[in-house]
Amino acid sequence: MAIPTNHFVILASLLFAIGAGGVLLRRSGISILLGVELMLNAANLTLAAYSRQHGQLDGQVFVFFVMAVAAAEVAVGLALLVAIYRRIQSIDVDRLSIMRW
Amino acid sequence: MELAVFYVTAALALVSALLAVSHRSPVVNVLSLVVTFFCVAVNFALLGASFLAAAQILIYAGAILVLFLFVVMLLNAPAETPAIEQRPAQKVAGLALATLAGGGAILLLIAARVAPAPAAADGNAVALGRLLVGPYLFAFELISVLLLAALVGALVLVKRKH
Repeated sequence: MAIPTNHFVILASLLFAIGAGGVLLRRSGISILLGVELMLNAANLTLAAYSRQHGQLDGQVFVFFVMAVAAAEVAVGLALLVAIYRRIQSIDVDRLSIMRW
Repeated sequence: MELAVFYVTAALALVSALLAVSHRSPVVNVLSLVVTFFCVAVNFALLGASFLAAAQILIYAGAILVLFLFVVMLLNAPAETPAIEQRPAQKVAGLALATLAGGGAILLLIAARVAPAPAAADGNAVALGRLLVGPYLFAFELISVLLLAALVGALVLVKRKH
């Protein structure tokens, strides 16, 4: 008995909401990037679920691309965090006010 | 049987995801996100996407989260005190937006009448590879350029200036 597509999409939307909450509520730069990763993963699960629903593999190809872009994003994001840490000795985003007027 | 596996991994994924965004210690955040990504990999396998399940473990749990852990160790990131944003307005707005995103999607999905899922699409690596070097060849090559650009960009960003 196959699992209905709905189940996967509901799980994905819950994971997405948790990730969005993490991005909006946390103050550490690392935790914000972790929330973004969780949201990307939830989107991946949705793509794979609808790929099965429609019996086509294109959705899985998109998941592959999202994974690659997520890897690139996390490399640059963590490099930015390291550069910020060198500058202000903190990764608390509240302390990042250099560009505020 | 499949349904039982789905419910167990879904519950585990949600609990560890909550831990990943709410715990104070960055190391606990990263390690519980590893558990979440493993559960999502099991869900990919349940969807018949065996290649994606392997890629999820290799790329996310293997590469990306090790990179995160490496940076946590490198920066010696202290546990936040307090972990969650303290400004009331931002707290309320953040929680409301997250609830709206999750709750709205679930309400829509429960109301929707979805046709029963057909048999799992053939998700093996051969078929996926044929698509990648066939119709999606240009995007596939573009991804390699993007990864190279990210590599060079990361190096430039962390390079010490003399």
